[in-house]
Amino acid sequence: MMTDNSGEAAISRRGILVGGAASAALTAIPAQGQAAAPQPAPATMKVNLRVNGDRRTLDVDTRTTLLDALREHLHLTGTKKGCDHGQCGACTVLVDGKRINSCLSLAVMHEGDAITTIEGLGTPEKLHPMQAAFVKHDGYQCGYCTPGQICSAVAVLGEIKVGVPSHVTADLTARPQATGTEMRERMSGNICRCGAYSNIVDAMTDVAGARA
Amino acid sequence: MKPFTYERATSPAAAAAAAAKPNAKFIAGGTNLLDLMKLEIEAPTHLVDVNGLNLDTIAPTADGGLRIGALVSNTDLAADQRVRRDYGVLSRAIVAGASGQLRNKATTAGNLLQRTRCPYFYDTNMACNKRKPGSGCAAIGGYSRQLAVIGGSEACIATHPGDMAIAMRVLDAKVETVNAAGQARTIPIADFHRLPGTTPHIETALAPGELITAVTLPKPLGGQHFYHKVRDRASYAFALVSVAAVIQRDGTGRVAIGGIAPKPWRVEAAEPAMPQGSRAVATRLLAGAKPTEDNAFKVALVERTLAAVMAEAQTAKVAA
Repeated sequence: MMTDNSGEAAISRRGILVGGAASAALTAIPAQGQAAAPQPAPATMKVNLRVNGDRRTLDVDTRTTLLDALREHLHLTGTKKGCDHGQCGACTVLVDGKRINSCLSLAVMHEGDAITTIEGLGTPEKLHPMQAAFVKHDGYQCGYCTPGQICSAVAVLGEIKVGVPSHVTADLTARPQATGTEMRERMSGNICRCGAYSNIVDAMTDVAGARA
Repeated sequence: MKPFTYERATSPAAAAAAAAKPNAKFIAGGTNLLDLMKLEIEAPTHLVDVNGLNLDTIAPTADGGLRIGALVSNTDLAADQRVRRDYGVLSRAIVAGASGQLRNKATTAGNLLQRTRCPYFYDTNMACNKRKPGSGCAAIGGYSRQLAVIGGSEACIATHPGDMAIAMRVLDAKVETVNAAGQARTIPIADFHRLPGTTPHIETALAPGELITAVTLPKPLGGQHFYHKVRDRASYAFALVSVAAVIQRDGTGRVAIGGIAPKPWRVEAAEPAMPQGSRAVATRLLAGAKPTEDNAFKVALVERTLAAVMAEAQTAKVAA
């Protein structure tokens, strides 16, 4: 038994070693000649966040993005990781009321910040009006981009309300209105591969109308 | 992402001193830097967070202009009532770029320092003199539709990707900085971005550790302000060509072009030709252009976009 086991282990370990050497050889080529300064060991830091009203203290690797802090450390998996490069908007959360891509922000840069995720906007029993409107207007299919869409949509109506101009605002000195054109332009940082865009605009129009 | 240590700077001079150390970098919005760090195109060993430096206000200057703090977000700058009224080209340029989420984080200084989106700079398997000096340029002879038609060199044909800086160039903004010794200096925007020459990895006039503290705008120019951006999507895409222009009632004015060069492209000597029309201006702006087969369309597109801007100025003048 002992021999059999060690034989199996030797074979699989050799397989791993061979694979490992091959990957190392492949990665060594582009790494050659890059920044010569030695990289430090991973560093950790304590950070205090206010997430959906709760004070949370985390000890994180400095490399941890706000998105990974929310999902992997706080297990708030409503916020989604799509592209992880700020192109898709699935990770959109509100920080001190403003929408940002949580994938392009370090957790340690948010000391003391108030973060609102989809879990903090509403609950299954008491939906946020934007969540209810997305349900009513069928503003999603697979749902993966939806938490980011909803956080972004809530912030967009807020931005229009305080008069932030957009690319389609005709008169820069006038107050922008919550028109379909304005909302479509302002939502361009949230991608939906199912193509629920027109229903998302309907949901937002519903909420904007109710608010006006 | 490679490991790094992190500190929050408490004063501009202290931030500059901390960032002057080898392989240290400032971080403000982080929207470009963190993207590049994830791809290990950037691999700083130390980050100096400048967000606590109280450089986030917009205030009038003594000569009737505006001083924009380095940390003013793109959203706040575009939405400022004074900027919308007196420097419309700047508001227009900012809201033509990125997405609402990114503009909320992106800062005035960080936007000036954003790096090219040349696909060969981003692909770490490709030769790129900007990413790895001396390795060559895979863009030359490669797929160059997005790349520079003027101002490039045999070492690099990457473009400056921004919109905001194009408007700042047409407005003759100035960049205020402080270094590790606490000394301040002012760099005209025309001299801030460098052409690649043989050192495309050196993109700006900043010395190591030199921190941007503000951007100042001279007193308002009046006139009509335009920022026309032509791109592959209606929103959230980099410019193929963009035109920033300030046009007066008599047809004189200023123009700067984005999307075609390693820096905001303005040729002051072309501007006296503005009353003669777009062809006269574009010919002077693009004298010496070296387009590739892929991006030769940009030469015509500059003239046509400028023609559209001039026609709109004419229409607005008649309507007024």
